[in-house]
Amino acid sequence: MSTVESSTLEIRDLHVTVETEQGTKEILRGVTLTINSGETHAIMGPNGSGKSTLAYSIAGHPKYTITSGTVTLNGEDVLEMSVDERARAGLFLAMQYPVEVPGVTVSNFLRTAKTAIDGEAPKLRTWVKDLKQSMSDLKMDAAVAERGVNEGFSGGEKKRHEILQMELLKPKIAILDETDSGLDVDALRIVSEGVNRAKESTGAGVLLITHYTRILRYIKPDFVHVFVDGKIAEEGGPELADRLEAEGYDRFQSANATS
Amino acid sequence: MSLLADKTQQTQSVSQGSHTDSAAAFVPDQSRAERTTSYAVSDFPVPSGREEEWRFTPVDRLQALFAETSGTPLRREESLPEGVTVSTLSKDEWQGSGAPKPADRAAVIAAAQAEAITVLDVPAEAELTEPVRLVLTGEGALAHGHTLVRVGNFAKATIVLRHEGDAQYSELLTVVAGDGSDVTVVTVQEWADSALHLGQHDVVVGRDAKVRHIAVTLGGGIVRLNTNASYAGPGGSFEGLGVYFADAGQHQEHRLFVDHEAPHCHSNVEYKGALQGETAHTVWVGDVLIRAAAEGTDTYELNRNLILTDGARADSVPNLEIETGEIAGAGHASATGRFDDQQLFYLQARGIDEDTARRLVVRGFFASIVGRIGVPEVEEHLMEAIDRELEATA
Ligand SMILES: Nc1ncnc2c1ncn2[C@@H]1O[C@H](COP(=O)(O)OP(=O)(O)OP(=O)(O)O)[C@@H](O)[C@H]1O
Ligand SMILES: [Mg+2]
Repeated sequence: MSTVESSTLEIRDLHVTVETEQGTKEILRGVTLTINSGETHAIMGPNGSGKSTLAYSIAGHPKYTITSGTVTLNGEDVLEMSVDERARAGLFLAMQYPVEVPGVTVSNFLRTAKTAIDGEAPKLRTWVKDLKQSMSDLKMDAAVAERGVNEGFSGGEKKRHEILQMELLKPKIAILDETDSGLDVDALRIVSEGVNRAKESTGAGVLLITHYTRILRYIKPDFVHVFVDGKIAEEGGPELADRLEAEGYDRFQSANATS
Repeated sequence: MSLLADKTQQTQSVSQGSHTDSAAAFVPDQSRAERTTSYAVSDFPVPSGREEEWRFTPVDRLQALFAETSGTPLRREESLPEGVTVSTLSKDEWQGSGAPKPADRAAVIAAAQAEAITVLDVPAEAELTEPVRLVLTGEGALAHGHTLVRVGNFAKATIVLRHEGDAQYSELLTVVAGDGSDVTVVTVQEWADSALHLGQHDVVVGRDAKVRHIAVTLGGGIVRLNTNASYAGPGGSFEGLGVYFADAGQHQEHRLFVDHEAPHCHSNVEYKGALQGETAHTVWVGDVLIRAAAEGTDTYELNRNLILTDGARADSVPNLEIETGEIAGAGHASATGRFDDQQLFYLQARGIDEDTARRLVVRGFFASIVGRIGVPEVEEHLMEAIDRELEATA
C-alpha cells in the first residue's frame, strides 16, 4: 500500500531545561532513541518523568531549552527548524492537552494545515470525501467540522480530533502523547484503530507515550522504553510492558534514587 | 430570574509597557441617568479630562472640536434604494421633535454648528433589499454633522455609513426606528491616521422593533463614539455590535449606554477589539440602566480585547445599574488578554506558518461578531481589513 520512503528520527543524548520560578531546571538528562518508519515505540513512565517534555522538545515548543544533544530527521537537523518547518518535514505531535483555538473552524484549520504540509491545496472533492470518511471512522459527529478547534470539546473529542489530524496530515513520524488518557474503553479502541489505520496507510513511525499498558493491547509496540527521571532507564520488547503492568515503576524509581 | 436592586461596576484595564492604570480605582458617584443633556452649549464646559465621561480621552488633542467654530461639511456620496428619500430639517423643527438631546460638549457643538439636519426617510412597510449607503469623506478640515434616520413602522432597512479621509469631525446621528421595524445601522470608521472623530449616536427603538447598531473602527487618530439606546415602547430589542483594531498611536473609544425604561425589552452588546503597537489605546464603557418600570428586561453586555504586542492598553468598564427586581436577565462579561502563544504553537505544530497562524487566531477571535453583522459587503471588507492590519506588523 505504502510507497513512502523510509524515514528515521534520531534523538542523541538530548538534554533539556525549563525556566521555573526556582530557576533553571533540567528535565531531560540525556535521551537517546531512534525511530524508523513502520516501527512503534512505547515510552512508558511515571508522572513528571519528562515524557511530555521530550515530545514538546522534538516539536519545538519555545518553553523548552535544548542545552545539548541532537535531533535529526533523515539526517536533517530538526533543532534548527521552526515549529512549522518540523511539521512540514514530517513530524507530528498529538498533544496530551490539545489547545482550543476559538472561532477557527475545524474544517478551515484542517484544510489550512493540509495545504501547508503538502505545499498545495488538496483537491476539493477528494478532500471533502477523505475528511468525511476519517471523521466517520473515528465516530466523530460531522457537525464537529464547523465548530471552533477544540472549542468546548470533551476530552475524548479532543483526542479523536488529534488522531483525525494524524490520518489526514500523514506524517512520517508521529509522537502521540498520552492519547489514551481520559478515554473510555470504546473510545480507546476507536482511537487506537485510527492510529493503526494511519500507520498502515502511511508506514509512519510511531512514538507512543503512555502511563498505562491499556492502549498497548490495541496498538502493538515493537519496542518499549521505560522513562524515569528524564532518561530511558530500561529498554526491551513488548514483554517489558507486561512486566511493568505487573510490577509498576517502583523498581526503577528506587533504583534511580539510590544511584 | 429576579435580582434585587443592584449596582455594580467593574473596571478592568490591562496594559503592557510603561502605562499606569488610572481606571482601576474608579467608583461612580451618580446614576447614569443623571448626566446632563441639553441644546445649550453653555451647559457643557470644555472638558478638562477629569470628568467621568472624558477621563480616558486625550482631550487636549480635541480642542478644535470643543470650540464654537464653524466648519465645512464632509463630502457626502449616497446610494439610495428606491423609496428612500433625503431631505433637511431646521434646527427649530429638530428641537421640537422630542429626539434625544446632545449629551456632551462635542455633540452640543455638532448640533449648533451643523448647517442643517440631514434626514433619511425609509417609508413605513418598505422592505429594502439593498443597503442605504452613505460615504462621508473628510478633506482635512473641521466638520460638523447632524443626521437623522427615520425608519417607518414595520419597515426593514440596512444603513451603512462609511467615514474616510482626514477631518476633525464631530457628529450627532439619531436613528428613530418605527414600531415593528427591523433596522441595521453600520458605521465604519476608516479614517486616515490623523483624523479626529467624536460621535453621539442615539438609537430610539420603537415598540416591538429590532435595531442593530454596528460599529467598525479601524482608522483615525482619535475615534470616540457614544452610542445610546432607548426604547419608545415595550417589546423592543437593541443589539450593539462592535469590532475595533487599534494600531500604534490610535485612540479608539466606544461608549454604550442602554437605557431600559420600557418593559419587556431586550438588549445585547458585544464589542471585540485587537490592539497592536506602542500607545495603541482602546476604551470600552458599557453602561446599562434598568429603570424601575422596565420589568421583564433581558440584557447582556460583553467586551473582549486581544493585546497583540507590548505597549498597547485596553480599558474595559462594564456598568450595570438595576432598579427593579422583576427582570428576565442581566449580565456582563469583560476580559482582556494577551495573544495566546499556545494557540500559535498548536497551529504551527500542524505546519501552518507563523503569519498565517496569527491571522487565523485573530480572525477567529473576531469571527463570533463578524459572522453576525449580516451585511456581506461589510463582513468581507472587514475580514480583509483585519488581514491588512496584521500584515502591517508582520
Ligand atoms: N514550564 C514548566 N515549569 C516548571 N516545571 C515544569 C515545566 N514544564 C515541565 N515541568 C516539570 O518537568 C517535569 C516533567 O514534566 P512533563 O510534563 O514532561 O512530565 P510527564 O512525564 O509528561 O508527566 P505526565 O505523566 O504527568 O504527563 C515535571 O516535574 C514538571 O513539573
Ligand atoms: Mg505528560
